[in-house]
Amino acid sequence: MTGESRLIVRSIIKPSAYFDSVTLMLMQRDVRSLPGVAEAGVVMGTAANKELLRDAGLMTAEIDVSRSDDLILSVAAETEEAATHALARAEELLLRRPPPASGSAYRPKTIASAVRQLPGANVALISVPGRFAAGVAREALDAQLHVMLFSDNVSLEDERALKAIAAGRGLLLMGPDCGTAIVSGAGLGFANRVRPGTIGVVGAAGTGMQVVTSLIHRAGAGISQALGTGSRDLSGTIGGTSALSALSVLAADPATDVIVLISKPPDPQVGALLLAAAQRTEKPAVVVFVGATVPAGGGLHPAATLDEAARAAVRLATGTEPVLAEPRALPAQEAARLAPTQRYIRGLYGGGTLCYEALVLLARYVGPVHSNTPLTPSAALPSATRSMFHTVLDMGADELMVGRLHPMIDSDLRIQRLLREADDPETAVLLLDVVLGYAANPDPSRDLAPAIEEARHRAAAGGRWLPVVVTLCGTDDDPQNFQAQTDTLAEAGAIVETAHSDAVRLAGLIAEATGSHGAPYRAGSIAPAADAALSDASQIAASLLAGAPRVINVGLGLFEESLRAQGVEVLSVDWQPPAGGKQKYIDLLNKLDA
Amino acid sequence: MPRVTSVDIESANETVADRILRSQPVLVGVAPAADVIPGMQPNLILHAGPPIDWPRMSGPLRGAVIGGLIFEGLAADEHSAVAMVEAGAVAFAPCHHYQTVGPMAGVTTASMPVYVIENRAYGNRAFSNLNEGYGKVLRYGAYGEDVLTRLRWLRDVFAPSAHRALEHLGGLDMKNMIAQQIQMGDEGHNRNRAGSAMFARVLAPHLAHIASGEPLASVLAYLAENDLAILNPVMAACKATMDAAAGVEGSTVVTCMARNGTDFGIRVSGLGERWFTAPAEVPVGLFFPGFSQADANPDIGDSTITETAGIGAFAMAAAPAIVKFVGGSPAMALESTLEMYEITVTENPAYGIPQLDFRGTPTGIDVRKVIKTGITPRVNTGIAHHQPGIGQVGAGLVRPPLACFEQALEAFAERYLP
Repeated sequence: MTGESRLIVRSIIKPSAYFDSVTLMLMQRDVRSLPGVAEAGVVMGTAANKELLRDAGLMTAEIDVSRSDDLILSVAAETEEAATHALARAEELLLRRPPPASGSAYRPKTIASAVRQLPGANVALISVPGRFAAGVAREALDAQLHVMLFSDNVSLEDERALKAIAAGRGLLLMGPDCGTAIVSGAGLGFANRVRPGTIGVVGAAGTGMQVVTSLIHRAGAGISQALGTGSRDLSGTIGGTSALSALSVLAADPATDVIVLISKPPDPQVGALLLAAAQRTEKPAVVVFVGATVPAGGGLHPAATLDEAARAAVRLATGTEPVLAEPRALPAQEAARLAPTQRYIRGLYGGGTLCYEALVLLARYVGPVHSNTPLTPSAALPSATRSMFHTVLDMGADELMVGRLHPMIDSDLRIQRLLREADDPETAVLLLDVVLGYAANPDPSRDLAPAIEEARHRAAAGGRWLPVVVTLCGTDDDPQNFQAQTDTLAEAGAIVETAHSDAVRLAGLIAEATGSHGAPYRAGSIAPAADAALSDASQIAASLLAGAPRVINVGLGLFEESLRAQGVEVLSVDWQPPAGGKQKYIDLLNKLDA
Repeated sequence: MPRVTSVDIESANETVADRILRSQPVLVGVAPAADVIPGMQPNLILHAGPPIDWPRMSGPLRGAVIGGLIFEGLAADEHSAVAMVEAGAVAFAPCHHYQTVGPMAGVTTASMPVYVIENRAYGNRAFSNLNEGYGKVLRYGAYGEDVLTRLRWLRDVFAPSAHRALEHLGGLDMKNMIAQQIQMGDEGHNRNRAGSAMFARVLAPHLAHIASGEPLASVLAYLAENDLAILNPVMAACKATMDAAAGVEGSTVVTCMARNGTDFGIRVSGLGERWFTAPAEVPVGLFFPGFSQADANPDIGDSTITETAGIGAFAMAAAPAIVKFVGGSPAMALESTLEMYEITVTENPAYGIPQLDFRGTPTGIDVRKVIKTGITPRVNTGIAHHQPGIGQVGAGLVRPPLACFEQALEAFAERYLP
């Protein structure tokens, strides 16, 4: 940035004020966009955050001595007035409270009193910071609520204990680290707006569920339920407790005719149990264990990709072959326009499952792909900040997100990386995903399209033609307007695909045409276990699926807003960390059963 | 989570809740403190709040102590009273150590009359001094001749009349009284207007049987003019209720909150008679003309026994007339009460709040819930001038220091965790 040395840095410290990091980051984004403001930080005063502020040129003496439970507002602006105005605006944003839900103005402080205030509440949507999440989930289970635990960084020990409590109480625990669910038509967390139908989904992979449910909608069929399990449910340690419960729920749900099971390759034994349980449902089950194969038969319909799973489910549900969009570009034509230096695919993903599927699918065209989340350790990038050869990144991984919002909400970091990859003469094709739906960025193409345009300009200035392939996951009914997003991205020069495998194939074939070659990736095969029981989930089904859910939201205000937009009854808990975050008292309270 | 405590906290708290809800406080009479309070001594001065020695006492409490000594005839004036105290000839103890509660300074001496409350469900008794009314009064540290004259009238005229009227009446069911107050716009701490009016109405015919002429007229005038007449019996009823709930092994419920003008102290059922104290806050409130926040003394008085028992600020939703204290609107009063449900273990169905569809008042403060939520109990309170003898300067709100609850939780853990 030019003139950086002349920037004026001003800060305000708010002692002992807690706000969740997403609220703060949204606020930071708003403040950064104010006139005359070059950079802004709205963070708690932890050592890690102070480091970020120092790096961003936002450090002041008072920040240096602030404490971890102090809230820091800091701006770097061109003028004193701009800085003052920005800080005033930040303070204003801090004080802004969502308008109270209908009825009482009281914002309940605990789940117990929220349940009292929202009669018939049956689901808690929890997105508090990881170290508090297990405690909050336990309170929700104690209040006899089903739980969608969006929070991650919950210990395996806590996950196992919570799932045991849930099972004992006839409740379903989705998560931890569960990003997506659709319960009786209501999208919880990150979810697309899909038509009601007869296909029920169980997924351990959030964006995978979004892709499959969106494609099912696009193909004219609909979703009965989409139940998430959390990313670690199918590990050997957890043993698939939530997935098995969810399968039983779908078995008991009269609205569900066809089941889709979505996961990255599970622990083999857990996967085998799950397949056997799927057979016991006596409903046809499409299985996609991205990368791992499953034998067909006995009611199981294996699919190699997410797209294929959606197609198979629609075929089973409707009896007809779904019509989906054809690939939009010809790889040979694109490849023919590349400069000789352009040899490598560079993928920048927001969705973790899509990133994983890209790594799997690209192997047959280009061999092992480097990544910050590689399929094999040998393909690990030495540094996530620098691409080498074929590289596909999960931009939502912790090491790339420090102090930032998930790329599904905030595109800043991905855009910076996009431009860097465009400047690299070795980049042959860029591969991106854009996930629409509730709680996602309200207009992702607004930021991304100009960036794509600039990327292609920069490459052109260096004498290069740069294909940018975007997988757009979403439906016509999503709040972002699917068609408008498609048009904006296409006008910016992107090749927009609705099926991820088409996008990956296009990139793969372009790379193959420039001299790469590979072999299909195989993560082994999983067959159903000989014996498995399907638990009785009639109690869960009765309380979870009886009409639209009534939701207690604990954590991100974003989720309350999206539920309200869907007409779902929701009440947010005015949550604060227990004991003001003081670990000494948190430990005592845990021991004293509080 | 595996339970690691040596006791079952939940069932202990259920026992406590049960005792609170089952208590049946009845106002049975009025008698000299020395006659009814076990262990009362001529040179013993009972005061509000946790234990405190003379050097740390605030202005209003010192003034009341001086007034008490003069009233007892132990000292002739301020100088001899102070000299007596400094010579160690006076013993001090919290009212709470003697089954007693007193508003503001709470000073209670041997010859002062006290209301006698019997908890008919559990057999325990509790006591409270008599309310002097407004203006310059002992409880705010005034001890001029007019104050002493009024105290003597209470002792010589009002107390015997009220006692005989109560005898004639056969006792006044305080639970019933408080329940009606809650439905008539009182919260039982800062507002007792409806209750005091009922008190007068209930006593009047019985007073007419046992008194006449000027004495009767003065007693009726006292009842007619004093909107706080029922406060002291209400406090003693709460004390009798909470004493019945004290000492339950393993319970985390608060059985006492009290302030002496310097410290705020709490006691917890499962932790015996131990006090957990921290410096009292200065209440924030509305002030009488000519006074301001700068005149306010730190929080003082045993009247927080009302909140401890689930009324007072906990029943704020029921008292629309005093919503100015909580920001001005009935909705805010409702929120005050709703917030207290977050930190309590039960609801008292006897005290149904009309504004909440007759939901019972939030009752039984759980130390664990206070620490977990960071929500400290709300307290409605009168505000004393920090200099002795000036009296009440306003009324408002205060909360106990969180530190009292933190100490209590740590002590509980020390006591019950292996």
